Amino acid sequence: MTDPTVPSPAASPTGFWASKRRADKITRAIVTILLVLGSVVMMLPIVWMLSTSFKTRTDVFSIPPVWIPSPLHWENYPMAWNVSGMYSTEDWSFLGIPFHGVTFTTYTLNTLTIAVLSCLGTTLSSSLVAFAFARLRFPGRGPLFILCLATMMVPTQVTMIPTFILFKSIGWYDTFYPLIVPAFLGGGAYNIFLMRQFFMSIPYEMDEAAKIDGCSNFGVYWRILLPLCKPALTTVAVFSFVYNWTDYLNPLIYLDTNSKKTLALGLKNFVSLYGQDYHLLMAASLLVSIPIAVLFLIGQRYFIQGIATTGLK
Amino acid sequence: MTSAERKEAISAFIFLSPFLVWMVFLMGGPILAAFFLSFCKWDILTPIQFVGFDNYKEMFFQDPRFWKSLFNTAYFTFLSVPIGMVLSIAVALLMNQKVKGIGIYRTLFYLPSVVGAGVAVAVLWKWIFNADSGLLNYMISLLTGVPIADCPKWLASEAWSKPALVIMSLWGVGGGMIIYLAGLQGIPFTLYEAAEIDGANRWQQFWTVTLPGLSPVIFFQLIISIVGSFQIFTQVDVMTDGLGGPADSTLVMVLYIYQKAFKYYQMGYASALSWVLFIAILLATWLQFKYSKWVYYEGELRK
Repeated sequence: MTDPTVPSPAASPTGFWASKRRADKITRAIVTILLVLGSVVMMLPIVWMLSTSFKTRTDVFSIPPVWIPSPLHWENYPMAWNVSGMYSTEDWSFLGIPFHGVTFTTYTLNTLTIAVLSCLGTTLSSSLVAFAFARLRFPGRGPLFILCLATMMVPTQVTMIPTFILFKSIGWYDTFYPLIVPAFLGGGAYNIFLMRQFFMSIPYEMDEAAKIDGCSNFGVYWRILLPLCKPALTTVAVFSFVYNWTDYLNPLIYLDTNSKKTLALGLKNFVSLYGQDYHLLMAASLLVSIPIAVLFLIGQRYFIQGIATTGLK
Repeated sequence: MTSAERKEAISAFIFLSPFLVWMVFLMGGPILAAFFLSFCKWDILTPIQFVGFDNYKEMFFQDPRFWKSLFNTAYFTFLSVPIGMVLSIAVALLMNQKVKGIGIYRTLFYLPSVVGAGVAVAVLWKWIFNADSGLLNYMISLLTGVPIADCPKWLASEAWSKPALVIMSLWGVGGGMIIYLAGLQGIPFTLYEAAEIDGANRWQQFWTVTLPGLSPVIFFQLIISIVGSFQIFTQVDVMTDGLGGPADSTLVMVLYIYQKAFKYYQMGYASALSWVLFIAILLATWLQFKYSKWVYYEGELRK
C-alpha cells in the first residue's frame, strides 16, 4: 500500500502504464486520506489549546466543549503574562490590576539570555571540534571520536550530582553560568557528530586549494568550511536554541531566585499555583511555545536537510 | 613524526581543547565522582561518610520505591518505543509518497515534536487528560458512545497514568518520522525496479527492499529512543507536581533520583540510583548491539 515507488505518471499511454497509473491514483487517494486524518489528530491538541485559551474560567469545563468561544477572551493573554507566582488562587480580584513584579517578561529575558548564548557557544564549539575530527590528523583520533560518541549513552543524571556540586562550590549556584558555559565546551556529542558528518561531505580539495593559497587550519575552518555548512549550522543552532528554551531539569537544579528563573520554571510555578485555571495555563503555554514554532517554520527548510545528512550516515 | 605532522597534531588539540575540558571536568570526572559518591552518605552540609555497599543494599533489598521506579521506567520504555517506532515508520512511508501538499503535512506532523519535550506541552496534556472535561475523554465518548464518566481517569488513575504518558509521547512521532524519511530517500530506486522486474508486489517490496534498506536507521533510532525514554522526567514532574503519583504509578527513575538528590539531599543514595540507571542504559544498548544481526548494511555487498 505504501512504498516509495512513484513512477512518472507522464509515461507512455500503453496498457501496462495505464493500469499502473490507475493503481497509483488509488494509492495516492488512500495516502491523502490517511495524511489528512493524521494531520487532524496531530493538530487537535493545538486547536484545543487555542480554543481553551480564549474561554472564561468556567466555560473551560463545559461539555460538549465550545470550540470557538464567543466572545473571544483576549484578556486571558495579558492576564496570564502578568500573573506572578506570588499570589494564591483566592486573590483573583487583583487580576484586573497590572502587577509590577516578576512576570513572564522577566522569565522571557532570562530564557533569551541563556538560549542565545548557549546557542552561540554550541554552534561555535561543536563546529571547531568537529573540524578537528573531520579534517586534522592527530594520534588517537579514532578512539577519541568513539569516546565522544559513547558519551551519548551517558544519561545526564549520572553526571548531574557531581556537576552540581562542582558548580556550587565555585559559586555558580543561582547564576546562569552552569546553563551557558558547558555549551562553549564542545556543545555535546550529538552536535559534534552532526557537524563532522557534514564536514566529511565537503570535498577535501577545497581545503588543499586554500592551504596552497596560504590559509592556516583555522582559516580553512573559518573561511572555507563554515560558510559551506549553513544547513548543518542552522540545524545545530535551532536545536540548541529549542533545547535551551524548553530545558527544565538544569534550570530547576541551578536557579533558585524567582527573578532569575526561565520560562520553563515560570510556567511550572504557574501550574502549581493556578492548576485549575486552564484558560490562563493554555494562554501562557501558547505564548511560551510560539517563538519555537516560529523558529521551526523559518528554519525547517535548512534543518530537515541537516538531519537528513546524519540520518543517512 | 615529521614537523608538519606534529604541527597538525598540535593545532588539532587546540581545536579540540574545549571538548577535552568538557570531557574531563563535565563528563569523565563527574561519572567517576558519582561512582565514588554512590558508596557514601552525604547531605552536602555534614562531612562525607564512606558506607561501602550500604546504598546498593538498601536499594535492592529495602526500597520498594526503587523497584517501582524501575518498573515504571521499563513499562514506559517498552510501550512507547515500539509503538512510536511503528507509527513513525508508517508516517514516513506516507510522507514519501508524491501527493499534493506533502510539505504541509510534513510540517503539521513534525511541529508537535519540535515543541515536544517542554513544560508547555506537559501542561497541555495534563489538560487533555482531565477526566471530566479533557479533550481525550470527550473524543472517546464522541467516537464510541461511552459516557465520559465511564472513560479512563488517566492521570488520576493508577492503572491509566502510564498509558497516558505513552499516548503523550506518541504525539512526538514527527521527530522519528523525519529521520526515517531521510532513510527512505536514501534507498536506491534501482532496487525497487529490480524487485518489480522480479515480480514482487508492493507488500513484498516493503519486506525485501524497504525494511532492510531502512534497518540501519531503525537500529540507530531504537538505541537513541530507548536511551531517551529511560530519561523521561519533565512531563512527569509537571503533570504530577513532582510526586510521580497517583500512588507512585508514574514515579520514573529520573524523578526518583531528582527527589532523593534535591528534595531529601541524599547525594550518595541518588548517585547510586543514577549509576543503576546508567548500567541499565548500557545493558540495553549492549543487548541491542549483540542482537543486531537483523541490521543490513549495504556496504557488506562490496566485501
